[in-house]
Amino acid sequence: MTTHSDVHATQDTAIAPGQPINHEKFPWKHIVGYVLSLVLTFAALGLVLSSALPLTAVIVSIVILAVLQLLVQLFLFMHLTERHGSATHILTLSFAFFVAITVVAGSAWIMTFRSSVA
Amino acid sequence: MAYPIDAHHAPVDPSVPLEYSTEDGSLKILGFWIFLAADIVLFSCLFATYIVLHNNTYGGPTAQQLFDVPGFVAETLLLLTSSFTCGLAIFEMHRNRLQPMIGWWIVTILLGMGFVAMEISEFAKYVGEGANITRSAFLSAFFILVGTHGTHVTIGIFWMIALLIQFIRYGITAVTARKAFVASLYWHFLDAVWIFIFTVVYLSGKVS
Repeated sequence: MTTHSDVHATQDTAIAPGQPINHEKFPWKHIVGYVLSLVLTFAALGLVLSSALPLTAVIVSIVILAVLQLLVQLFLFMHLTERHGSATHILTLSFAFFVAITVVAGSAWIMTFRSSVA
Repeated sequence: MAYPIDAHHAPVDPSVPLEYSTEDGSLKILGFWIFLAADIVLFSCLFATYIVLHNNTYGGPTAQQLFDVPGFVAETLLLLTSSFTCGLAIFEMHRNRLQPMIGWWIVTILLGMGFVAMEISEFAKYVGEGANITRSAFLSAFFILVGTHGTHVTIGIFWMIALLIQFIRYGITAVTARKAFVASLYWHFLDAVWIFIFTVVYLSGKVS
C-alpha cells in the first residue's frame, strides 16, 4: 500500500525528498508500450512493402494495426484508466471517438457512393 | 497550518499522484482531456477531407510518386521514440527524481525538433518539385492535414521548453507536476494522431 502521506498539497508545495509518489522501480509499462509500438509500426510497413495481400486486405490490416497502437498510447502512456476521482474524461473521449468515426466513415461512404454504384 | 488552503487547492487524497493531488490540478487535467476530445474532432474532419480527395491529383504527382519510404519511417520513429521518452520523464517525476525527469524531457524536445526539421525539409522538397498546396485537391488536403499536425508539434516544443525552465526554477511541485502531466498527454496524443497519418496518408499512399 502506498502511504506517502504528509503531502501538503497546496499550490506550490514540493513533496518531501525521499518520499517517491510512485514505488515502481523500473518503467516496464513504458518499455512494453514502446516495443509494442515499434512491432506494430514495422508490421504495418512490412504488409505494405511486401504487397502479399490484396489491396483491401492491406488497408483493413494496417488500419487495425493503427487502432491497436492508439490503444497502446492511451493505456500504457496516457494512463487513461488510472482514475483519481471522476472518470468523466473517458466519457468525453468516447464521445469524441464517436464523432470522429462518424465524420470519417460517413464522409468516405457518401463521397465514394456514386463511384461504387456506377 | 503553514500553507493557506482554500476549496480549490485543498488536498483531495494524499495517496494520489502529485498532479492530481489538488482539486485545481484534477480539474485542469479533466479540462485538458476535453480539449483533446475537441482536437480529435478537428483532426477527424481533416482526415475525412484527405480520404475523400486523395485521388484527385489533377494531373499532378500522386501519393505513390511523392512519398519517400525511408523519410516517413524516420519521422515516425522520431515521434514514437519521443513519446516513449516523454513517458519516462513522467515516470521519473512520479518517483520525485528531478534530474532524470529533466534529462528525459530534454531528449523529448530534441526528438520533437528532429521530427519538425525532417517534416520541413520534406515539405520544401515537395514544393521544389512543383507539388505545392495549390497544385491539386490531393496536395491541399495533404498539406493541411500533415501541416496542422506539424504545427501542433511545433507549439508543443515551445510549450515544453517553457515548462523545462519552470522545472529547473521550481522543481517538482503540485503545480509543475500537473503542467508536465498535461503536456505529456498532449505529446502522446500527437504521436497517436501521427500513427493515423502514417497509416492513412503515407502507407495507404504507397499501396494504391
